[in-house]
This record gives sequence, C-alpha cells and structure tokens, in this order.
Amino acid sequence: MARARPRPLKEQFRPGDAVRVLDAYPLGHVRTPFYIRGKTGTVERLCGAFPNPEELAQMRDGLPAQPLYRVRFRQQDVWPDYRGGADDVVEVEIYQHWLEKP
Amino acid sequence: MNDPGPYRPLTYFQLMEISLRELLVEKGVVTEEEVAEEVEAMRKRGYERGARVVARAWVDREYKQRLLANGTKACEELGLEVPALKLLVVENTPEVHNAIVCTLCSCYPRMLLGIPPEWYKSRNYRSRMVREPRAVLAEFGLEIPERVAIRVHDSTADMRYLVLPMRPPGTDGWNEERLASLVTRDCMIGVAVPKA
Repeated sequence: MARARPRPLKEQFRPGDAVRVLDAYPLGHVRTPFYIRGKTGTVERLCGAFPNPEELAQMRDGLPAQPLYRVRFRQQDVWPDYRGGADDVVEVEIYQHWLEKP
Repeated sequence: MNDPGPYRPLTYFQLMEISLRELLVEKGVVTEEEVAEEVEAMRKRGYERGARVVARAWVDREYKQRLLANGTKACEELGLEVPALKLLVVENTPEVHNAIVCTLCSCYPRMLLGIPPEWYKSRNYRSRMVREPRAVLAEFGLEIPERVAIRVHDSTADMRYLVLPMRPPGTDGWNEERLASLVTRDCMIGVAVPKA
C-alpha cells in the first residue's frame, strides 16, 4: 500500500498580516526573487499549499506541502528611489518557509 | 551561395532535449509524430481563449464574480481546459492598473494566451517591470496617470495571472464576440488597454 501523503504544513499567516521575507541566500533552485529578500509586506491571500520547489529541484517529493502566499509590498519600500505614487505595489508569491514575523 | 551564418554548437539544453526525445521514442513512450503534433498545437494556440473569458466577464456580472473568486473554475465553465494552472484574475479599475511579469523565468498563462511574446521573456522587461513599471508601460504607449495605482504581479511560483481590463466606453449593446475582438494579448498582460 502506498504511504499516505503527509498533510500540508499548517498556515502561520493570514491575509492582512505583516511579514518579512528572509534575507537568506541559499544555493540551489529558489523561487524567492533576490529583490524582495529582507523586505516587509502584507499577506494579500493564501494561494494554497504546494510541494516545496527547492526540494522538487533535487528530485525529492517536496512534501509536506508548503503554504504559498501572495504578499503585497509597497514599491517605495522595495526601491528607495522608486518613481511613482505611494499606492504602487508589487505582489509576489512566497512560500511560508521564506516568511517571518517582522 | 547562401551564407549559412556563424556556426554555433548545440547548447546544453538543446542537446538534453534531443537526447531525451530520442530516448522516449526509442523506448516507445511517444512517437515522433505525437511530439510534432503537440508542438504544432502549442504554436497554434493564441490569445483568443483569454479574450473569450474577458468578454464573458464584461457582459455577465455574476460570471465576473466567479472568475475573480476562482479563475480556474470559471474557465472550465466555458469549456476551457486549464490543466496545471491555478489562475488568478486581477481586475483593472479606475483606481488600479494591473500588469504581469515573471522575474524568475517566463511563467505565463499559456493555455489562455498561447506562447508568450519574445519581449515577455527578455531580461529588459523582466527586470524593469518590477523596478520602474511606469517607465516600461510608457514605452508600450500606455501612460498611467499618477492617481491610478500600479499593481505589478510577479508570477514567481504556482499561480498564473490574467488581467481583466476595463470594458471600454462606447461598447454598449455589443455582443460577446464583438467585445472579444477588442481584447488583445497585451491587454491581458497589462501593457495595453482595450479601445473601441
């Protein structure tokens, strides 16, 4: 009999929560863009749970699945010299293990 | 005599693709014909499916709500298969303009929009769209007034995005088909807006 698929990890954040992206630089296939590391934003929504792509890239199953969030950042917080209004934002999908409470 | 151009050896990935394909054919997993058909089907796919979804949302308020709540399911309602695609539809309003980019590679809702244009995959677009979206949009001929917020969506993981543009004025009473003809690929990426 096949082993039961482990349940996805528990969600630690909710929409509206402030979150900071880890300022980390591990090697390998990472889907957290460099420009957003160390930045603080707000959870816009939970997108579901997906196998960890960093593990998938190593031919492992990526389970338990990681909650994936859409995080909204104010452009002026991301780029100090940003040209545009204070309401301009960039939204990025980030897996839970890359987020912490600011 | 035609100039054959500068000789370039196969890249690592080209070599990998050929090796894998030949192996799959040799083992009887797929045939060369099936591979060719799939490539052809992929090339033929345009952005018409996306335009159909947008036009339906413009004429049917309830459909629009369902589309914004769950893009994948709403596409299935129209008989559009969007396998392996978690679709998030983002709506332009008088206050917010949305635009899509994938800074890491070239994630794109291919099932709805076909193959992405070359510029979408360029380093120029990918790096600058998150950094100076207003300047990039201006280069596409789209000037967004300061009072309208720009929301850039970086498709970094498992979601795919489609912009739901605003229905242009002067289109009252148009049927879905005629409305769909206004919806271009660029409107659904967010680097253009439909005009009647």
